[in-house]
Amino acid sequence: MRNTRDTKSLFELSKPGRRATLLPKCDVPARPLGSLLPASVLADLPPQLPELSEPAVVRHFVNLSTQNMSVDTHFYPLGSCTMKHNPKRNERAAAMPGFGDVHPYAPEAAIQGLLELLYDMQQYLSEISGLPACSLHPAAGAHGELAALLVAAAYFRDRGEKRTKVLAPDSAHGTNPASAAMAGFDTVTVKTLKTGAVDLDDFRAKLDDNIAVFMITNPNTVGIFEPSMKIIADEVHARGGLIYLDGANMNAILGVARPGDFGADMQHYNPHKTFSGPHGGGGPGAGPICVTEALAPYLPMPIVRKSSSGQFSLDFSMPKSIGHLRAFFGNTGVLVRAYTYIRAHGPDGLRRVSEHAVLNANYLLSKIKHFLPVPQGERCMHEFVASGADLKATKGVSAMDLAKRLLDYGFHAPTVYFPLTVKEAIMIEPTESESKETLDAFAEVLFRITEEDPELLHEAPHSTPISRPNEVQAAREPVLSWKS
Amino acid sequence: MKPEELLYAKTHEWVALSTEGADKIATVGISAFAVEALTDLVFMELPKVGRQVQPEESFCEIESVKAVSDIYAPVAGEVIAVNSTLPDKLETLNHDPYGAGWIAKIKITDESSLASLLTHAAYQKQCEEEAH
Repeated sequence: MRNTRDTKSLFELSKPGRRATLLPKCDVPARPLGSLLPASVLADLPPQLPELSEPAVVRHFVNLSTQNMSVDTHFYPLGSCTMKHNPKRNERAAAMPGFGDVHPYAPEAAIQGLLELLYDMQQYLSEISGLPACSLHPAAGAHGELAALLVAAAYFRDRGEKRTKVLAPDSAHGTNPASAAMAGFDTVTVKTLKTGAVDLDDFRAKLDDNIAVFMITNPNTVGIFEPSMKIIADEVHARGGLIYLDGANMNAILGVARPGDFGADMQHYNPHKTFSGPHGGGGPGAGPICVTEALAPYLPMPIVRKSSSGQFSLDFSMPKSIGHLRAFFGNTGVLVRAYTYIRAHGPDGLRRVSEHAVLNANYLLSKIKHFLPVPQGERCMHEFVASGADLKATKGVSAMDLAKRLLDYGFHAPTVYFPLTVKEAIMIEPTESESKETLDAFAEVLFRITEEDPELLHEAPHSTPISRPNEVQAAREPVLSWKS
Repeated sequence: MKPEELLYAKTHEWVALSTEGADKIATVGISAFAVEALTDLVFMELPKVGRQVQPEESFCEIESVKAVSDIYAPVAGEVIAVNSTLPDKLETLNHDPYGAGWIAKIKITDESSLASLLTHAAYQKQCEEEAH
């Protein structure tokens, strides 16, 4: 069944003279290249591009695509990533000429529709977060973190305050301390308890007047809504610091709780997670941020404004803005998809999205905890973290072994080894998209795998084109380009 | 070096004490338990010679296919030597974590920092608890 001839590299498949298209004869007088460009910028040879017919190219890419797993082909319970269904209507909307074919230098009068959509998107994201000002600019979630921390740095600088400390729990995404370092802060890690909640004693020991930002993911990475959220926010604010909410887990609280209401001053969104944009493949990402009124002047620009006569325009006159983070208006394609998702659901529908995401996760938790312990207990939000530590100790089977074996049964693996606070962590996020039948089948297969022969598991997957790549060699001696 | 004769930090570094003239020297590495928990090692960044360190201060990093982990200074002092060939031969940590896999030598400036280190028996007990 598997066609391995056509998935060789395009360079290997190339035959001189093959073409996918025949161009018509040039109907304007040709001029020699040397008369158009100085000799110093001309290459000696034409680029060595592969030459193939259209059917060969189509077969190459279609066969390659079948070697992959995606939300369109498999259940994909990758914790922290919210791999929900990507509705096809999103794609139709994003491909409309008024969104997909506009030129970045088009005059504002010619792109009023796109600007209105982006203006509305700013409003919706502000409403969902409870934070009144929004910038759609950042190009990804981590870029949003960086943008928000640069906003915080600009805010403190403007107030003449020198603060250098960022606090983040030990269960935080690795991007949090990285963003803090890039924005010029020093990160201090705050411990979490076995329950998954922030250790308030450790938090208070590390909180001082040097606090700039507490970066918190809530619900956090073990799927628990932080029970001390209000205490943490009040104490950070009392010291003059800000709360940053890592919005990776917004899928648990849409229309139920608003970060601005529970103490956040800034947050980012991952439209590709929460609002069903594709994870890659559908064009570049976005990581919009929302902030309080006090931080609004520092947001990246431009921001879309609406005049009293209903005209939409891009505001570049923001003297305190941290400036441009992206060319033009960032990546609008994924924002159109997210807008489509928000409009398709409406406020009540978004609340139901979160209710079902949490219900699905709790249903799966109740099935899996009997054979894989879940240290953080009986209930979760949109995801939970099981531990394979017992299995590792008794049978020598690692979380990685379980993850790899799941591929043989036609399920994408959950996230493993994150967060670092749980040993042999297996982080499962089913999302609202999945049916009871899918969840039952997954739990049953996972149980069956825990009963299998360890030797079989160490060598899984057995059914994929590549079994286990040598990750150590790949990291130490990466081969980054193809050479004949 | 015999693991039974070493001292250990809670964060899985081992310490071997020796004297050079009037100076007390701590040779530092990471335990076999830590190497096992880290899984397949990919990169390591050594501390700089001459750096002043405090106990529990992260003074170098080690990266596995799983994560980047900090290695903490177990004593107060000055880094006077590092095992510069180690990053290119990380498998040494699997074969000989308590000998050829040493990471740095620290000239101890404050001996009171030794008080919080664990004996081999106490460290073993901590590892057993951590494994579950």
